[in-house]
Amino acid sequence: MTTSSLRLENATVVVNQGTSEEKTILDAVNLEVQAGEFVTVLGSNGAGKSTLFNVIAGTLNLTSGKIYLGDTDVTHLKEIERTHILARVFQDPKLGTAPRMTVAENLLMAERRGQKRRLKSRGLTTEKRAEMAQVADKMGNGLAQRLDVATGQLSGGQRQALAFLMATEKRPELLLLDEHTAALDPKTSAQLMALTDEQIKAQQLTAMMITHNLSDALQYGNRLLVMSEGKIAMDVDGTAKQALTLEDMLAFFNRY
Amino acid sequence: MEILVSAIGQGLLWAPLGIGLYLTFRILNFPDMTVEGTFPLGAAVAVTMISNGVTPFIATLCGMLAGSLAGLVTGLLYTKGKVPILLAGILSMTAIYSINLRIMGQANRSLLDLPTLFSSSLLDFLPKNFPMVLVGLIFITVIVGLTALFLKTELGQAFIATGDNANMSRSLGINTDNMTIMGLMISNALIGLGGALVAQNNGFADVNMGIGTIVVALASIIIGEVVYSDQMTLTERLITVVIGSIIYRFVLVIVLEVGFNADDLKLVSAVILGLALMLPNVGKRLSIKLKKEA
Repeated sequence: MTTSSLRLENATVVVNQGTSEEKTILDAVNLEVQAGEFVTVLGSNGAGKSTLFNVIAGTLNLTSGKIYLGDTDVTHLKEIERTHILARVFQDPKLGTAPRMTVAENLLMAERRGQKRRLKSRGLTTEKRAEMAQVADKMGNGLAQRLDVATGQLSGGQRQALAFLMATEKRPELLLLDEHTAALDPKTSAQLMALTDEQIKAQQLTAMMITHNLSDALQYGNRLLVMSEGKIAMDVDGTAKQALTLEDMLAFFNRY
Repeated sequence: MEILVSAIGQGLLWAPLGIGLYLTFRILNFPDMTVEGTFPLGAAVAVTMISNGVTPFIATLCGMLAGSLAGLVTGLLYTKGKVPILLAGILSMTAIYSINLRIMGQANRSLLDLPTLFSSSLLDFLPKNFPMVLVGLIFITVIVGLTALFLKTELGQAFIATGDNANMSRSLGINTDNMTIMGLMISNALIGLGGALVAQNNGFADVNMGIGTIVVALASIIIGEVVYSDQMTLTERLITVVIGSIIYRFVLVIVLEVGFNADDLKLVSAVILGLALMLPNVGKRLSIKLKKEA
């Protein structure tokens, strides 16, 4: 099974273990994501979506179970040791970029995601700049003209678009999108969502996306997970996913 | 005239403190109290080694090395020991006080009739105070140049990113703990160097010479920022710190001329820094008020 990008075996997280506050926030989850899949993840607050992402990214340790990224057992690898395999885009535009550094500097830095930082010139050459302008131009929101602007001065939409570029600049084996359009206004959000989908398809990326937007979850991706109480309550893909309607989803959510 | 040259020379010799503190205070975004121990540490190491016959240049480098070790201790306390940064700095600073006494074997040590970086025969032909300016200029040029170059390396960029957004840095695989430790080591190396230079120029090292040095270093940074308030590249920013350090010395000279005595200098330093810190905000409010009235 070399085609799977991610595999969770009985992944369990228990918080406040041994106290009266003990709670299982991820409950023996088994999940396999194949290369090329674009999985949307739904679930109400506290259902375990974020826990799932944190566990995959390594910011939270499993209480028991195993995680594989590709063929590698990463259960005991720290967050920074997993970054050569996976990339993340966060919900908060402030989290994804370094505000006092310019767009170009941020892009250059992201190019070495998961690699050693050497005592060597960062290499902001004219050619490199032109290449970055070309990449940024794909976003179609003026980012390419603002390469030398500190990212703190960009709009939220531009910052999130930049964060997405930074995550995909060096191809990740797995891309985690944590409600990355949720903090934007409806129009910008829709634009970034369409761009995200376009890029994931064009680069044939394997991606997982948390969202609270039911229609986004239905429209995008080729597999849908619904989390509830730390478990995967629903897992549909292919034609079954295409057949799902908004009414189906609302009905499903009302049961939980 | 002589006073002016002296102020410029002093400003240049103290400037490594400003540059060093800039790396932690402005780039990593925290105040590092280790400074107050590192400055006399660099001085104590350099002066004691020169007294024991080591060439001044090597002794100065050792002062720098000692400073970086102090930074390492603070960095380990902060990142691995999870001690809050202010407290980590204060712990190091306090511990270094005893170490300085051990190194010197007494509370102060003189360099009377011993060679220093300023007593080289090559500098003999220069008029009074000019050796100080020349040596200071050489050191600060090298420091600013190397620091600016370093900040443009992959490693330097990872260091800046750590101070700017630690979460993002980790998500890009940057080991933020190591970056923080490295920053503290470089910063305190520069401050140790400053101590070694100032002690050789003064002709002695004193275990109490660190008191208030963080205020002096901060003053260079803040004065530089108040005088040059425009957007600037990082390299230009480092140069404004040097200019800030010189302006600060001028202000001290004026204060002494006006009739304050040397015992008042710490109070005056604190007042200068306090004013410089308030100025940008008060200035903004004033200009808004003026615009409203106009």
